[in-house]
Amino acid sequence: MNEQNDSQALRLPSYERAAGVHPPLASPAYGSTALRAPQQPLVLLPQNLTEVTGPLLGAERVTAADSDLTRQHEGEAIGQRIIVRGRVLDSDGRAVPDTLVEIWQANAGGRYRHAIDQWPSPLDPNFTGVGRAMTDSEGRYEFTTIKPGAYPWKNHDNAWRPAHIHFSLFGRAFTQRLVTQMYFPDDPLFAHDPIFNSVPEPARPRLVSRFDLATTRPEWALTFVFDLVLRGSAATPFEDPQEDA
Amino acid sequence: MTSQSAERLGLTPSQTIGPFLHIGLMWDDAPDVVPNDTTGAIWLRGHLYDGAGAPISDAMVETWQADPEGAFDHPDDPRSTARSHPFRAFGRCATGPDGEWAIHTLKPGSVPASNGATQAPHVDVSVFARGLLDRVVTRLYFDDEAEANASDPVLSTVPEHRRGTLTATRVEDGYRLDIRLQGKDETVFFDL
Repeated sequence: MNEQNDSQALRLPSYERAAGVHPPLASPAYGSTALRAPQQPLVLLPQNLTEVTGPLLGAERVTAADSDLTRQHEGEAIGQRIIVRGRVLDSDGRAVPDTLVEIWQANAGGRYRHAIDQWPSPLDPNFTGVGRAMTDSEGRYEFTTIKPGAYPWKNHDNAWRPAHIHFSLFGRAFTQRLVTQMYFPDDPLFAHDPIFNSVPEPARPRLVSRFDLATTRPEWALTFVFDLVLRGSAATPFEDPQEDA
Repeated sequence: MTSQSAERLGLTPSQTIGPFLHIGLMWDDAPDVVPNDTTGAIWLRGHLYDGAGAPISDAMVETWQADPEGAFDHPDDPRSTARSHPFRAFGRCATGPDGEWAIHTLKPGSVPASNGATQAPHVDVSVFARGLLDRVVTRLYFDDEAEANASDPVLSTVPEHRRGTLTATRVEDGYRLDIRLQGKDETVFFDL
């Protein structure tokens, strides 16, 4: 009887396994994958307690000022002021509320405030390029920031990254953890970027934000909308064992 | 079989964390699963290496684990109970110039599996880095849990000669486990 109760108590959610969505780890056009992408086949990990739970980090890490990257210093950051907003959802269409969204990005000139970024584009003393926000009860988040610039990298001859903002999300389970990059519509560098193009073609548009005039603030800031979709529930298992045969 | 009422949404693809992750993700208390003065706290440490055996100095390691009782403070752990001591269960550390990461935590307890089996004490580990277009996921087990490890339902699916890549070695102030992304002794990574 106890055993039965225990097994019932451990009826756990199950998350879908992504197919055809994420880039293959070995993507030769992106040179840094050569010595870093594992080469042995992955071992299937059943989703158990450790995998269906995850850090629910909260509001204690975030202040209201963290979502406005243009006003984190004495002066205003230089560049095209933009609003980046959207929702965090799972693939069942359910909102992911109260979850931490972390972003980081280059400044308007395409330079990161980071010791190893030394290319000759100026730093902006009024721009750090780091934001944090919690989603609300409907999974919505919003940042005010500066449109980041493109920047060169050394992957291949005359290589430039399309403008992007890095996103880090937890969802509510270890299975839902996601680190990604948001791009801007119609970037001419898309065709030349091995990181963007590492994603299977049908899924690439999901990384590109959408300009939204309706929520663009008059005389203030352009709005780009970027929804993020985390893994939802796995397909419902067959209820009737006979159907399984 | 019932069909889903709503159309499923397409998942957002992963992209590399890139080399500039530190500006965005390094909290002051990132490696502290437990506060500094916690009795019985241990350090989990290791180096991260690439396929040439070189240390990776621009990566980030994250850990997620049960508490010493084997429980998670989370709504999807039906055994979840209120804790008397602070335990975040989550740790995060950027690798240093020598590729080393370190997490300050408590050793987890055994964790039940949904099929009735018992999982040996373990820590789920994610590695993010420039050159990794998606995180890679591995597990850390403990070398002084030989008996529990021998009957662990996940370890038993790993080829025997590769299980050592998941087993941390006891040292004075905790445990050590190096992670190798490639090459001889490549760490076992999981499809989650």
